[in-house]
Amino acid sequence: MTARVGVVTFPGSLDDRDAARAVRTVGAEAVPLWHGERDLHGVDAVILPGGFSYGDYLRAGAIARFAPVMELITGAAMAGMPVLGICNGFQVLCESHLLPGALVGNAGRKFVCKAQRLEVKNASTAWTNGYHAGQGITIPLKNMDGCYVADEHTLDELEGEGRVVVKYIEGNPNGSYRNMAGITNKAGNVVGLMPHPEHAIDSLTGTGEDGLGFFTSVLSSLVASA
Amino acid sequence: MDVARVVVDVVLKPEILDPQGQAILGALGRLGIGGVGAVRQGKHFELEVDEGVDDDTIAKIADTLLANPVIETFTVSR
Repeated sequence: MTARVGVVTFPGSLDDRDAARAVRTVGAEAVPLWHGERDLHGVDAVILPGGFSYGDYLRAGAIARFAPVMELITGAAMAGMPVLGICNGFQVLCESHLLPGALVGNAGRKFVCKAQRLEVKNASTAWTNGYHAGQGITIPLKNMDGCYVADEHTLDELEGEGRVVVKYIEGNPNGSYRNMAGITNKAGNVVGLMPHPEHAIDSLTGTGEDGLGFFTSVLSSLVASA
Repeated sequence: MDVARVVVDVVLKPEILDPQGQAILGALGRLGIGGVGAVRQGKHFELEVDEGVDDDTIAKIADTLLANPVIETFTVSR
């Protein structure tokens, strides 16, 4: 059985096609999900891609959170379906309160676009089980509102419970508190990160293939739970 | 039905970094204006609502959409 991974398109999404390509590259079926849909078409997992949904009006991700398809995804995520939010998708997950904290403007006030070094901290989530803890990877980072913030209690909890998925290393590009680049929920099925693993699946056009593991990981977790 | 104007002001919580406020503070220095110790940038919303829209509804609008309570606080004036 081929795993079916939904990729949502909001008005203003940019990276839905690259995310779908990454899904196909690892041998799964990419299922396009329009923001106005009220049916998840039987997908096994969902990716919320990068971009500028609704022009980042009000706050990044604030309007997309109320899209009809998000109601279904929120319910499915709470029931255990793997959900990955990349960049704007991470912002949507925080606005939806599926993940704690929020993303605000980069500390340097400039758009950041670079090959970013990361350390995988949690290699047991639905989206990172193909890596090993402590592994260093390089994947592209490109955002304006990439500064992860939360109160001290939440930051302590995330670190204490091993819910920091990836951390920025070799420099903090956007002022994110405690160098947090990606986090997960308590169950480990919902992961959000600012860097773009879907842009690092092909050495010809990206920084390498270090991002592939996010997509192979979810297939492994779907097989394991089948 | 009469229409009322309701104002909702949203500001970042003190512990949240405000790079835009810091940029404004820096610009004040370059303008040669002294005596300003800190600037925090927020958002100002003006809503035209029917008289029948109660305070609880306004609070819900502010709390669920206009502000993100994780990083911001809001005040309502009507």
